[in-house]
Amino acid sequence: MRKVNVAQVTETIKNLCIDANYNLPQDVYDALKAGLEKEESPVGRSVLQQIIENADIARREQVPICQDCGLGVVFIEVGQEVYFEGGYIWDAIHEGVRQGYKEGYLRKSTCHPFTRANVGDNTPAIIHYKVVPGDKIHITVAPKGGGSENMSRVMMLKPADGLEGVKEYVYKRVTECGGNPCPPITVGIGVGGTYERSAFLAKKALLRPIGSKNPDPELAAVEEELLERINKIGSGPMGWGGRVTALAVHFEMEPCHIASLPVAVNINCHAARHKSATI
Amino acid sequence: MSDYIKVTTPLTDEVVEKLKIGDTVLITGVIYTGRDAAHKRMVEALDRGEDLPFDVKGQIIYFVGPSPAKPGNPIGSAGPTTSYRMDPYSPRLIALGLKGMIGKGGRAKEVIDACVKHKCVYFGAVGGAGALLAKRVKKAEVIAYDDLGPEAVRRLEVEDFPVIVVNDVRGNDLEKEGVKQYAIK
Repeated sequence: MRKVNVAQVTETIKNLCIDANYNLPQDVYDALKAGLEKEESPVGRSVLQQIIENADIARREQVPICQDCGLGVVFIEVGQEVYFEGGYIWDAIHEGVRQGYKEGYLRKSTCHPFTRANVGDNTPAIIHYKVVPGDKIHITVAPKGGGSENMSRVMMLKPADGLEGVKEYVYKRVTECGGNPCPPITVGIGVGGTYERSAFLAKKALLRPIGSKNPDPELAAVEEELLERINKIGSGPMGWGGRVTALAVHFEMEPCHIASLPVAVNINCHAARHKSATI
Repeated sequence: MSDYIKVTTPLTDEVVEKLKIGDTVLITGVIYTGRDAAHKRMVEALDRGEDLPFDVKGQIIYFVGPSPAKPGNPIGSAGPTTSYRMDPYSPRLIALGLKGMIGKGGRAKEVIDACVKHKCVYFGAVGGAGALLAKRVKKAEVIAYDDLGPEAVRRLEVEDFPVIVVNDVRGNDLEKEGVKQYAIK
């Protein structure tokens, strides 16, 4: 067994919350620059220029890329040979988010669903916990803004709807979103599992590097086909007209129930933030 | 951005009438912030016959909930939030003389109609460009609903704050026109 003090997990998550909110991942930055080359609309080009300049300012001055610093979504993979000491791991994760949002001057966006009273420290974190082989801990923090999350959906299609049904559902959803999710977007598609599993798969799809392909050539072809179709909608950066509506489509799939065809569409804004570390 | 129009707040009918969709506008002067919870409270105040935290006549409301200011900065990151959530409240404020709103995303027909009827413009700012837009904010002060934290109403002094006209006083809609122009069948 490898002993790990949970304080180390808290410290790592705190730093990841700040890092993710200040420093746009390089793959996203490169995709935005490539988008600027492709964009034909003058308004769209101006938007992309502002987005790129914004990322530069955030990195240089170490301030949040976006004022919506999101909910703290934490993916944590814990090696089964790890033995935690010094406290309860669940509390340590929430504490990491609490400290990160306070010390990083990040906006606290969690509130009571009905009174809308702000919780004040951006907890609870959204935790996806997985036990894996080995004695390492791998953590990814992916702050998720409300604007793009509001545009996401889960739909239980009929098995007869098939792959074509999935493609139509995703295309229709993205078309209806317009400028609301802050395009250029990344589209995460999760197909399979149960109702909640499909949503998890769609969320996980958003963590893949922009431009990476699903290892299954058939699914990779669907990703490419949908990206091409979405970029013909004409919505463009911020929905004000243009060619670059999406930077990527990422498709994740697992087996499902014989009665079901769950499809989840999780949309990410152009500030596709996530940072990882290993303990 | 070589072609732009500079405006100074408060706005008059003459100024907003000249603005058309797609125009890049640089705003200088005082603007007020308000998003979901603040809009709800403002409309509830009107229902009770109370005054608003500020007179909306001729003013611009920016849909934003900034991140906390780092020491030495007037404000934290401050980009627009999605506007449709303010659709149930905006027509009421437009009828009272509000001349502009800044947000992102599309608006409901009721809002667009109110903009035509009462001469108000819906501006879009670049969502997710909070660090860049914060640089155009010179001063920020909470004037109401402090308990709402990021959602409190703030009085901002802005200089050359960059926006684009999304809905003008003639009922035109940049989102619709943009898609029409760039869609590939």
